Amino acid sequence: MKKIAILLSIVVTMVSCNNNDDSSDPITGCMDENSLNFNPLATTDDGSCEYPTVAFTFTQDWDGSAIQNADFDVTEYTNAHGEVLTLSKLVYLISDITFTNASGDVYTAGDYNLVDVREGQNLTFTPSVALPMGEYIVSFTFGFDDEDNSGNYPDLNSADGGWNVPMLLGGGYHYMRMEGKYTGATTFPVEVNFQYHTIRAADNTTSPITLTDTSFDVNLGMITIGENTQIEIKMNVAEWFKNPNTWDLTQLYTMLMPNYDAQIMMSENGAGGVFSLGAVTQ
Amino acid sequence: MKSGLVLCVLFFSLVACNKDDGGGEYTATPVALDIPQLFADNILPPVLPMDNPLTEEGIALGKKLFFDPILSANNTQACADCHRPENAFSDPRRFSVGIDGSLGNRNSMPLQNLAWNFDENFFWDGRSVSLEAQILEPVINPIEMANTWPNAVASLENDPEYPLLFEQAFNASQIDSTLVSKAIAQFLRTLISSDSKFDRFLRGEVPLTPQEENGLNVFMDETKGDCFHCHGNPINPLWTDNIFHNNGLDEFFTDRGRSLATGDPRDDGSFKSPSLRNLAFTAPYMHDGRFETLDEVIDHYSEGLVYSETIDPLMKKVSEGGVHLSPEEKADLKAFLLSLSDPSFINNPDFHN
Repeated sequence: MKKIAILLSIVVTMVSCNNNDDSSDPITGCMDENSLNFNPLATTDDGSCEYPTVAFTFTQDWDGSAIQNADFDVTEYTNAHGEVLTLSKLVYLISDITFTNASGDVYTAGDYNLVDVREGQNLTFTPSVALPMGEYIVSFTFGFDDEDNSGNYPDLNSADGGWNVPMLLGGGYHYMRMEGKYTGATTFPVEVNFQYHTIRAADNTTSPITLTDTSFDVNLGMITIGENTQIEIKMNVAEWFKNPNTWDLTQLYTMLMPNYDAQIMMSENGAGGVFSLGAVTQ
Repeated sequence: MKSGLVLCVLFFSLVACNKDDGGGEYTATPVALDIPQLFADNILPPVLPMDNPLTEEGIALGKKLFFDPILSANNTQACADCHRPENAFSDPRRFSVGIDGSLGNRNSMPLQNLAWNFDENFFWDGRSVSLEAQILEPVINPIEMANTWPNAVASLENDPEYPLLFEQAFNASQIDSTLVSKAIAQFLRTLISSDSKFDRFLRGEVPLTPQEENGLNVFMDETKGDCFHCHGNPINPLWTDNIFHNNGLDEFFTDRGRSLATGDPRDDGSFKSPSLRNLAFTAPYMHDGRFETLDEVIDHYSEGLVYSETIDPLMKKVSEGGVHLSPEEKADLKAFLLSLSDPSFINNPDFHN
């Protein structure tokens, strides 16, 4: 034990001597001018940089009426085509939240968030992006674009029984799983299950399989990012059934994943106004 | 180099001396769970609670407890009696029989890859929220081992071997129910199955037969089996979502399932999806073991679905009883499902008494 102590003290002495030899002491601090605590005099970055926090909250509604856990399987909604429906599940993926300023600088962490509305999971999301305060156009991608869709994500593979899409159906990942029941049949049971699952459109009747990127960008407009900013992203679920394609749920209620045309239409409806900017608070 | 070696030896001697000198606290021998590459590559890491790290002594103790009838009220029943290794740790009987002849009302679940149950809901209705908590229940369930924990602990304390084994595993001078559950949980977390024919196919070691390949396609095709939404896909080696569904078995429920745990009537008739892994060994099927064969299970999803208010929206064409697979598609699907069997799991000597 004594020997170690002696050895240690020698080492420590040598190290400290080394320091003393330097001509000038370094000034430690944050050296990133984009940070909130940039120190222009710093010569050594000590990892202390702090950046504005931008937290996104996801809220969902049906034409303005908020959708909460208690609404699932219970609250009846009428879609644009006239079907009365209830929701059982609503899980969706957004990715690549991007901030672009007036001089064209682009900030993105390239990360993603899987929102589970019924289970209340990931309703807030703080992308790990280091950006200076200022005015930005804020945008994100619904689903995964082709580039992201080619990755392998253990957390998504483990989510909801496997968020990925079987290779037979084109591979990649689900963008959304919306499920529920609509009242449509004239004989018992009058309730019919629907599965409105969105993925990259895939036509596996062609060889090779035809794939079309059906993710879409959502532009939330200009937002001022301060030290602490909360941005609400609203999803109006009714819009998935409305515009530009009035969704006939009695025809398009099931087996939509391998339905190439249906996927294109879902994407059009999604981009047609499902998402909008809600409250921005500082 | 030589002097470095000498220094090293010196250093290690010093450390070794230190250990003897200091009388440092005893710790059991840590064990790293052997995570299969397919799991490591594709899904989240296993759930290993910080307050119950795996150790050689803990796993060995858990195994001994698992196979020992000492935990039951009259010393006649071990965990392994209803979770048999040769049945992937399930029970071939529809309902397990308790120590006094009482019948259970659900089929015993297989025990495999439990560390990857990320939500940690155990039992068919998910009422236990950790593996450790689950283990506490069968011991005191009046229709199972029918013991009390004070009595079970007293039996262990009075045993010639257990006190020392608990000391070695947990550095504990006193046995309690928490330590019993921790030891058994450690053993259960080592029950990993990852060497089915399909696993080997994914590793590029063997080809599938054309029939198995067709069956895989039936499984993955949303217009046919659409099994994957609940039972996973080739990059989710668990073959279950560990989530609760009403899969259209009954119009009315004698067992309300998940809602017994949540109190939410929307969960009536929902049960946890079991893994399809090793189902060649886990008959009978469903939470109440109503189907004796895999064919009956496939027939159920193909044409036997029954509507009820809480039926899961993933069940297709309920008014027609299901998607009506052709006999050939059914045979293909069955061939694929059997490729999920892992004989090395049920024959692993580490998992036997």
